[in-house]
Amino acid sequence: MATRMNKTDVVIVGFGWAGAIMAKELTEAGLRVVALERGPARDTQPDGAYPKVLDELTYNIRKKLFQDLSRETVTIRHGLDDTALPYRQLGAFLPGDGVGGAGLHWSGVHFRVDPVELRLRSHYEERYGKGFLPDGMTIQDFGVSYEELEPHFDFAEKVFGTSGTAWSVKGQVVGADKGGNPFAPDRSNDFPLPAQMRPISAQRFGKAAAELGYHPYDLPSANASGPYSNPYGCQMGPCNFCGYCSGYVCYNYSKASPNVNILPALRQSPLFALRTQAHVLQVDLSADRRTATGVTYVDAQGREVAQPADIVILSAFQFHNVRLMLLSGIGEPYDPASGQGTVGRNFAYQNMATIKAFFSGEVHANPFIGAGGNGIAIDDFNADNFDHGPAGFVGGSPMWVNQAGVKPISGIALPEGVPGWGSAWKQAVAEYYTHTVSMDAHGAHMSYRDNYLSLDPTYRDAYGRPLLRMTLDWKDNDIRMTRFMAEKMRAVAQAMGPKALRVYVKNFGDHFDTTSYQTTHLNGGAIMGADRRTSAINRYLQSWDVHNVFVPGASAFPQGLGYNPTGLVAALTYWSAKAIRERYLAKPGPLA
Amino acid sequence: MPDDPSFTSRRRFLQWSAVAVPALAAAGAPASGQAPSADDRPTFFSASEWAFLRAAAARLIPADALGPGALEAGVPEFIDRQMATPWAEGRLWYMQGPFVPDAPPTLGWQMRLTPRDVYRLGIAAADGWTQDRHGRVFAELDPAAQDGVLQAFESGKARFEQVPAAIFFAMLLGNVREGFFSDPVHGGNRGLAGWKLIGFPGARADFMDWVERDVAYPLPPVSLSGQRG
Ligand SMILES: Cc1cc2nc3c(=O)[nH]c(=O)nc-3n(C[C@H](O)[C@H](O)[C@H](O)COP(=O)(O)OP(=O)(O)OC[C@H]3O[C@@H](n4cnc5c(N)ncnc54)[C@H](O)[C@@H]3O)c2cc1C
Ligand code: SF4
Repeated sequence: MATRMNKTDVVIVGFGWAGAIMAKELTEAGLRVVALERGPARDTQPDGAYPKVLDELTYNIRKKLFQDLSRETVTIRHGLDDTALPYRQLGAFLPGDGVGGAGLHWSGVHFRVDPVELRLRSHYEERYGKGFLPDGMTIQDFGVSYEELEPHFDFAEKVFGTSGTAWSVKGQVVGADKGGNPFAPDRSNDFPLPAQMRPISAQRFGKAAAELGYHPYDLPSANASGPYSNPYGCQMGPCNFCGYCSGYVCYNYSKASPNVNILPALRQSPLFALRTQAHVLQVDLSADRRTATGVTYVDAQGREVAQPADIVILSAFQFHNVRLMLLSGIGEPYDPASGQGTVGRNFAYQNMATIKAFFSGEVHANPFIGAGGNGIAIDDFNADNFDHGPAGFVGGSPMWVNQAGVKPISGIALPEGVPGWGSAWKQAVAEYYTHTVSMDAHGAHMSYRDNYLSLDPTYRDAYGRPLLRMTLDWKDNDIRMTRFMAEKMRAVAQAMGPKALRVYVKNFGDHFDTTSYQTTHLNGGAIMGADRRTSAINRYLQSWDVHNVFVPGASAFPQGLGYNPTGLVAALTYWSAKAIRERYLAKPGPLA
Repeated sequence: MPDDPSFTSRRRFLQWSAVAVPALAAAGAPASGQAPSADDRPTFFSASEWAFLRAAAARLIPADALGPGALEAGVPEFIDRQMATPWAEGRLWYMQGPFVPDAPPTLGWQMRLTPRDVYRLGIAAADGWTQDRHGRVFAELDPAAQDGVLQAFESGKARFEQVPAAIFFAMLLGNVREGFFSDPVHGGNRGLAGWKLIGFPGARADFMDWVERDVAYPLPPVSLSGQRG
């Protein structure tokens, strides 16, 4: 028999960016909030303490901060007829765990969204005709516009202390020739901090791109370019390009995280409680399955605990949100054969190509100098900023040098043909490590009828519950797109005058490789939309089926973005919180 | 190794005279005063396994004109110490069955074996295979023959029964690189040999002043314990 806690107004499942934003917004509205986080308590002290955190083996190689797969993982298969097998070791993606979630050890590239990507299906149909989308592609509109989200992008940047160069503010161009992005949508305010410094690698990329007629801009980064206090009174110090960024806790209070930028303020509120090592098993539903009554979790001692609540927020990260919905019976599971059901539908990822450019000794890339969010990018091939008609595929890709700090165990790339060991290898690492520039085409990934999420029939977690099963593979559209992008980026790389290039790009027929890191930008599965037949949640991130369950996270994206997702996750979470505060509390029930 | 202040100031002198290159003086030979203290007393590996590991490490990253190799940098000791971690027991991985070891490589590790198993079974198979072909165990071959044997493991041309040779080799090579390039706190990278080779400054972690300069970074590496290279 489960222990029963006193009822609370709101229970939040998972304390990463989405959970922390919701907790802040809803305590501000006067609600009592209990946040349940499955992982341990984590903070700058002691988890990011200097110098202990500057340890590649412990963090990036043994992966100290990421999800403990021994307890819970996913299974993966490429096609409907395959048997899925467990993701036994961390590889392609690195889900977070513990207070702050992946927000504690992310990199900090902090984008908004290209407005076209919020209405991707409508836009393509209008510009290229209905026949342009390949069979089986299920992209759709988010059901919310850039204009509606703009105030929330603006506020999230202020909370994160984001550094960047604006192109236009309230219709006035302010960033021409200064590092602004001419393809960026208009903003109500400038970035709270100016862009970070530009490492040599990024400068060289920007110069080569400009020579080819492209439009280089400063990547917006949630690594503070100077001292900063956010609207919650939380403080950041300037980032010193320490290079131990992605996969590490920032020792310097410079990388935005729920822990640094929100939690200190939240802790002041008597309405807020955070319980760690509280692993939520399911959302409990009323007999008619129309409302949630709370959640059940396992505490640190292994006891089952019921936490009743009026509102349930699922902010456990993209695929955990979907799994919790499936385990709890919220909404109808998606069936790829019939196309019926919505939970699990439109699972999408990222479609990335990488080029390493190797220089002679005169170019000092010094790749150990880095900050997770900084760099120089071009958007000339992102979103629909170029004519897709002749290109013959759907989707776009920003391209950039984003030097986050390259470490010797994980990061030394070498030209093709160099052996992997022996004196020749040794000679090559000595020659190239400090003279290598890495660049990525960080492509959007589309959604398809048979890329989806469901419960696995065989494998279980430490609590005896079915694992989530991912069915995902690359389609011809994806390969055409990434190969196109790699060629465009190769031209930029060539213009930088390297001795040699190495291009990492998928070939037709290649399958999703779960072993090599791509990004942790997983999308969809509990997507938002205007039509309850094709979306699991409405435009306010509210479950269509169980109206007191809200599901913020990239699970809401109907397809992947060219940009990194967290800026949009944060803005959508503020947008959803506003709807809860201003409309739902007065009249609980469906908001759309 | 204590941080020798005179050494530091000599480095500083070198740096300001713009001769900022990793010290090549000790090329080929292990630096003096770095007697590999625990080399003869591994905790996990048996004497014959230890002989294999030392010999293989010495070929994967050899000592040569560019400086010390894996053996001199304490890599075998690093691997022995790693064998006592949760990682080596497979405790960081999802290890519930059923196991389908013949799955496509894109689906990743699907064997029941832990790193400890891979080493135990792999070294025995490696020495057995070498004994069959060459009449001697790996450690007793000359370096050129050892390189040929390692190539056969790497390519999978060598067939082992209990653990695929290529998987054993990949784990070994991965761990050798880890031991060469990780902070010395983990037992390898003695004298910061790996970092000096490539110009990685280790735990300096403050580059404010160097971000926009197209120059070789002049300061020598430091480790977590404050040791300088
Ligand atoms: C190395 C790395 C670099 C990244 N860099 C960038 C970047 O530069 N830019 C960008 O935009 N994005 C980046 N991301 C992605 C970014 O981290 C995520 O988009 C973001 O953290 C998502 O926020 P979230 O709140 O949805 O989930 P998370 O931050 O993952 O938080 C979810 C929390 O829920 C908890 N949880 C899960 N299941 C349960 C359960 N059953 N019960 C209780 N708690 C549970 C988890 O432990 C976790 O703490 C990066 C990710 C990684 C791993
Ligand atoms: S690079 Fe900057 S933001 Fe990243 S961890 Fe280092 S100091 Fe923090």
